[in-house]
Amino acid sequence: MSSDSLTQPRADHSRPQNPGGGARDYALDYIRRVRGGEMGSIPGIIGLVVLAIFFSILKGGFLDAYNVENMVVYGAPTIVMAMGLIFVLLLGEIDLSAGTAGGVCAVLAAVEMVRHQMNWVLAVLLAALLGAIIGMIIGWLRARVGIPSFVITLAAFLSFQGVTIIMVGNSGSILLPDSQKTLLALTSASTNDYMPIWAGWAMLAIVVVGYAAVKLRGVSKRMAENLAVEPYSIAMAKVAALAVLGAGFIYYMGYNRIVGVARSSFYGTLTSEGVPWIVPVVLVLLFGGTYLLNRTRYGRHVFAVGGNEEAARRAGIRVNAIRTSVFVICSFMAALSGLISLSVSAGVANNAGGGNTLLLAVGAAVIGGTSLFGGRGRIIDAVVGGLVVEIISWGMGDLITGTNAPGWQEVVTGLVLLLAAGFDAISRKAGSTQG
Amino acid sequence: MSVDAVPGRAAEPILRLRGIEKSFGPVHVLRSVDFTAYPGEVTALVGDNGAGKSTLVKCIGGTYSIDSGEYLYKGQQVHVHTPRAASALGIEIVYQDLALCENLDIVQNMFLGREEVDGRRALDENKMERMASQTLASLSVRTVKSVRQKVASLSGGQRQTVAIAKAVLWNSELVILDEPTAALGVAQTAQVLDLVRRLADQGLAVILISHNMNDVLQVADNIAVLYLGQMAAQVQRSEVNHTQIVELITAGRSGDLGLTGSAVGVGNGATA
Repeated sequence: MSSDSLTQPRADHSRPQNPGGGARDYALDYIRRVRGGEMGSIPGIIGLVVLAIFFSILKGGFLDAYNVENMVVYGAPTIVMAMGLIFVLLLGEIDLSAGTAGGVCAVLAAVEMVRHQMNWVLAVLLAALLGAIIGMIIGWLRARVGIPSFVITLAAFLSFQGVTIIMVGNSGSILLPDSQKTLLALTSASTNDYMPIWAGWAMLAIVVVGYAAVKLRGVSKRMAENLAVEPYSIAMAKVAALAVLGAGFIYYMGYNRIVGVARSSFYGTLTSEGVPWIVPVVLVLLFGGTYLLNRTRYGRHVFAVGGNEEAARRAGIRVNAIRTSVFVICSFMAALSGLISLSVSAGVANNAGGGNTLLLAVGAAVIGGTSLFGGRGRIIDAVVGGLVVEIISWGMGDLITGTNAPGWQEVVTGLVLLLAAGFDAISRKAGSTQG
Repeated sequence: MSVDAVPGRAAEPILRLRGIEKSFGPVHVLRSVDFTAYPGEVTALVGDNGAGKSTLVKCIGGTYSIDSGEYLYKGQQVHVHTPRAASALGIEIVYQDLALCENLDIVQNMFLGREEVDGRRALDENKMERMASQTLASLSVRTVKSVRQKVASLSGGQRQTVAIAKAVLWNSELVILDEPTAALGVAQTAQVLDLVRRLADQGLAVILISHNMNDVLQVADNIAVLYLGQMAAQVQRSEVNHTQIVELITAGRSGDLGLTGSAVGVGNGATA
């Protein structure tokens, strides 16, 4: 199949490995990369585990099924926004307006549904379209006009906040009526809004089988072409780990319905009657985004522009188009995030997307392992980091009480984000001094 | 000047420039420059700062368009106005800054902007990895452990190697190297010069820009000296020594070689 070989190879560079063994080599190679600053999600995952244990020791019941479910549902908007921000961060840019842009889009959807009785599907599409248009304008101002993204998006942040207040009007908030139930079903509200137990297991089966198929097919294809492969043992271990963790999650999310225990809990209203519908939505975005970044020319070019703009330009990559596109993706994802928030709260207030919404999303991306300096990041980072951020904010709510509690909670959250950014800077140094 | 009738040389130069002129506004940078490069040879392009080396290379590579003069490639007159046009002809330039993305691995860098995709428009990583490995192997490069290493983890010499391999991956026939050894240590310089020699031995035409006379004398077959925007001389390596080259670079002439008296010193407007 290679009509392309330039010359006869004199030395074999590809180091084919025995797929049965080689796990040791693989582990050593992995350790070498980690030491070189390619830590990926390791700090995020460690943080997730440590924080979960820490908070559950401090407060019994922190890891109860309904509480975990709550964290997943309320973490979803942050995760989705962080996914979009990762594209922008990969270019070393920033979008400070993502939070309020999501707010404006959510308000638009709410206004159309509540005041103009628009079909919810149309309203959602309209809001997503607005997000894309906002991104296009920001991207155009950045790439063509040349204003720093910091300035454009800070201005946009303020303006969108104002637009949200104007659109919501005197009432201060817009509440979705029960007639708009379909949109609400994304998250919670009643038992029917969760995936049936069987659907949860079916989803897990699809994910695990799909992952295994991709892995094994990749390994066998590379073996056929005599290229270095990930050892079978490692590949199978990854599939097994996914299956076990996934099964645990599905079981836990359906704990009440499966085991048949009562729905009352210390934390109140939420139940664990199945996997929230938001989970498959996030999974689809995760797989789609990962495919786009890692398996397409577009994704490769995003990394290239983030790594060395001049090199990308000389390679014939349309740098301005790439730069514009990441802002479109970011604002589009921000719109989805806003819509999910709208669904979670069954309404939208006039401060939608303001406050620390954006900061938490950026923090999620960075904690997950995406660099603020550009060139390094993965979509899964948003999920890992988003869960860490959510655990911190829920745990902090339990941990810090008293008169100034909200203040202290913000102080601690801010410090955690600073810590993550510091980690990013240090690991970047470690990477650049190698060799 | 005996650039013709050299034994063992291809009959036709792959690149022949005649009477190239280039000005930037009032600044006359290249004055009636003649230049040839033959396949299978390393042609060194030397000259002091501001002699016009970079401008000449950028004219060859299509970054600048020439004002007048003949640009013959494989005997045909061509018009090269963009880097893309030069690439299409088989001309690749490795600039001093290498233009590699540190956050990408060797394969990803070598195929940057020209990625192979499969039937579903997904990246064909296996095909790219195989081609990259083959290219490195054909250049007898053994210094990199894995083609999936990130460029950030490579040494200066390894990076230069990757940049050169990237240039030859595309069936290029004329490779221009801008100061490939400028930032390298002794051992790495030797490796890169070795690689330069091998490129020529494989039948490519190599143009080597360098300030280092030792490098030039060691690896070049043919030496072209620019002096204040004029081609002082293009001579066979075997016909000159170190002193003569230095005189040509600094004064534009050396004994019988170089510019005649009237021509020397008129090029005071030249810049890099």
